[in-house]
Amino acid sequence: MSTVAAAHDDHDHHHAPTGLKRWLFSTNHKDIGTLYLWFSFAMFLAGGFMAMIIRAELIEPGMQFVDPEFFNQMTTVHGLTMVFGAVMPGFVGLANWLIPLMIGAPDMALPRMNNWSFWILPFAFTILLSSVLLSAFGHGNPSAPNFGWTFYAPLSTKYGPASTDLFILSVHMMGISSIMGAINVIVTVFNLRAPGMTLMKMPLFVWTWLITAFLLIAVMPVLAGAVTMMLTDRHFGTSFFDAAGGGDPVLFQHVFWFFGHPEVYIMILPAFGIVSAIIPTFARKQLFGYASMVYATASIALLSFVVWAHHMFTVGMPLAGTLFFMYMTMLISVPTGVKVFNWVATMWRGSMTFELPMKWAITFVILFTCGGLSGLMLAITPVDFQYHDTYFVVAHFHYVLVSGAVFTMFAAAYYWLPKWSGMMPNKVLGELHFWNSLISVNLLFFPMHFVGLAGMPRRYADYALQFADYNFWISIGGFWFGLSQLFFLAVCLQCALKKGEKAEAKPWDGAEGLEWEVPSPAPFHTFDTPPVVK
Amino acid sequence: MSNDDLQARNARTLKKLLIWAVAMFGFAFAMVPFYNVICDITGLNGKTSNTAATQSPETVVEDRVVTVEFITQNGAGVNGSFYAKTHRVRVHPGEITLVNFYASNPKDHDIITQSIPSITPGQAARYLHKTQCFCFDQQTLTAGEMKEMPMIFYLDPELPKHITTLTLSYTMFDVTERVTGTDNKSDTVVR
Repeated sequence: MSTVAAAHDDHDHHHAPTGLKRWLFSTNHKDIGTLYLWFSFAMFLAGGFMAMIIRAELIEPGMQFVDPEFFNQMTTVHGLTMVFGAVMPGFVGLANWLIPLMIGAPDMALPRMNNWSFWILPFAFTILLSSVLLSAFGHGNPSAPNFGWTFYAPLSTKYGPASTDLFILSVHMMGISSIMGAINVIVTVFNLRAPGMTLMKMPLFVWTWLITAFLLIAVMPVLAGAVTMMLTDRHFGTSFFDAAGGGDPVLFQHVFWFFGHPEVYIMILPAFGIVSAIIPTFARKQLFGYASMVYATASIALLSFVVWAHHMFTVGMPLAGTLFFMYMTMLISVPTGVKVFNWVATMWRGSMTFELPMKWAITFVILFTCGGLSGLMLAITPVDFQYHDTYFVVAHFHYVLVSGAVFTMFAAAYYWLPKWSGMMPNKVLGELHFWNSLISVNLLFFPMHFVGLAGMPRRYADYALQFADYNFWISIGGFWFGLSQLFFLAVCLQCALKKGEKAEAKPWDGAEGLEWEVPSPAPFHTFDTPPVVK
Repeated sequence: MSNDDLQARNARTLKKLLIWAVAMFGFAFAMVPFYNVICDITGLNGKTSNTAATQSPETVVEDRVVTVEFITQNGAGVNGSFYAKTHRVRVHPGEITLVNFYASNPKDHDIITQSIPSITPGQAARYLHKTQCFCFDQQTLTAGEMKEMPMIFYLDPELPKHITTLTLSYTMFDVTERVTGTDNKSDTVVR
């Protein structure tokens, strides 16, 4: 707080620092939010480029462009970059920008830690991605991590390439960054709410992020523990996961998925919050069932700790174990269903208009539900034995992550860009971005269900001839989707360079919330004196 | 609220959350012994007991026959042959049975090996008692040696009725480096 207070004192001659220092030393939640968002977008493009390599290799059967070894590195680093580099920092960026504005706080509670948690990330990803550059261009054929983003032991311990240690270090750094970001969110929400902003008056985005932050603090240290065990197994003679020394490789999967399942909710709960902000705005109705949304989010978070073994039905578990994890997993569809029905009920008989944020939000509701349904199919233990590690799984998690999490980030960007930049996003480019993404994302991921059900396994550089036609179209969808994102880059650049139509303080007439009460673009310091919420 | 109050409150919340994060880091490690206990109770990972059974069976259930199969695999660093003399025995629960295993070391230097057992279905792990097993200790195979390694076991008469076939698998690992690199206690199994 001292920094914020100090910044207030010399308000006149220290309004907005300029140049590189402004970004390097920033303790301002808006600047740090902007850094996070651009970083996330850069990682989205980098991870997307790796996906293009994967799809190019798979466009026809046989080996085309890369050798299978490099293909494995691409699937691994694509996953890691998207999960830890694009989706998670993207949501942290939104939290930074929006939470203080939404609860009437002048800044995040711990601004210096905020700066630190961002600036760790570029270093973490330099370390991780350097292994890919070394693999592509280095002498002596070094390998980047090649064991899949889930880095199962012993693939990543006994058989991992030397760069596994770079991976371990970078995961540690990402973990520290996420934990600090999460702590900052919780402290801000608990201690800095404006007078009258009770917990049950908070916008749902704040609620979902608060719960996400608790999940992060609970499971990121477990991930850190898992990679620490890997490190000691690799170099210090322990045998947590090494059968030869009395360890158990299956233990790795338990530890990993104890982190991994809450992690998937970390990547989707903030998305729920965004959609719950946008749909009421453009339906011009109050959100249906606010309290039930809060309780549903909390129950999803709690249930996420008791479903992890559904990722590992095929390792061989007692019947009672598989039944427990199967039913618990299916139970999650109840609170999730509550949410979907609430969104639909909010739209029901609303005065709906279909501006860009609303288009993305409605698309999210439909496509996320598709991904949820294939998740329910995967939850059924006997069925999972067939689907396990096929493209059906790939289709499932890309539906929830791309047309789920990533699409809501687009929705959020189109919705709040006027507030962030003071500019309305370009409508023509935005429409092009939306329609191209919508069609291509389905061309890309929907046929994966079919090839998966027919038995095409994931993480292979080649496939049987019978899958050739579908894979051709999947690849076309992939390139199309990848190129469509350049429209979004253009939209963002136009807003950043202040080109186009200026935005009013409240550009959406149905919008509610404190963030619309400050001018657009939001000034460097807002809510120096807290607003009073009635 | 004054600035100092707020700072103190922030620091308090920060401290609590940090403690929680550190505790969860510890929890990841606590999962290891916890997992081992769960496995001992449920046989989740099919590991049989690491110590010799001291009690002999009270009864032999003559009217029940269970098939026990043996499979063997070479783990990392082992390239000799490793096999059980019989691949399948049919036993009564409570009947004491000896099966000989053989392992060879075609290398020109001695190796220290450790065999790791695993049983399918895992549920049966608690009901297989070994009074002697080459897997209890590390076995040294001298250069060019073919070694006979006995394993004596009996099945608990309490073995659940639906289990009619057990498969006992051994994977033999070369742990020479691990042992000579650390200490020379040949009977230590790091758990």
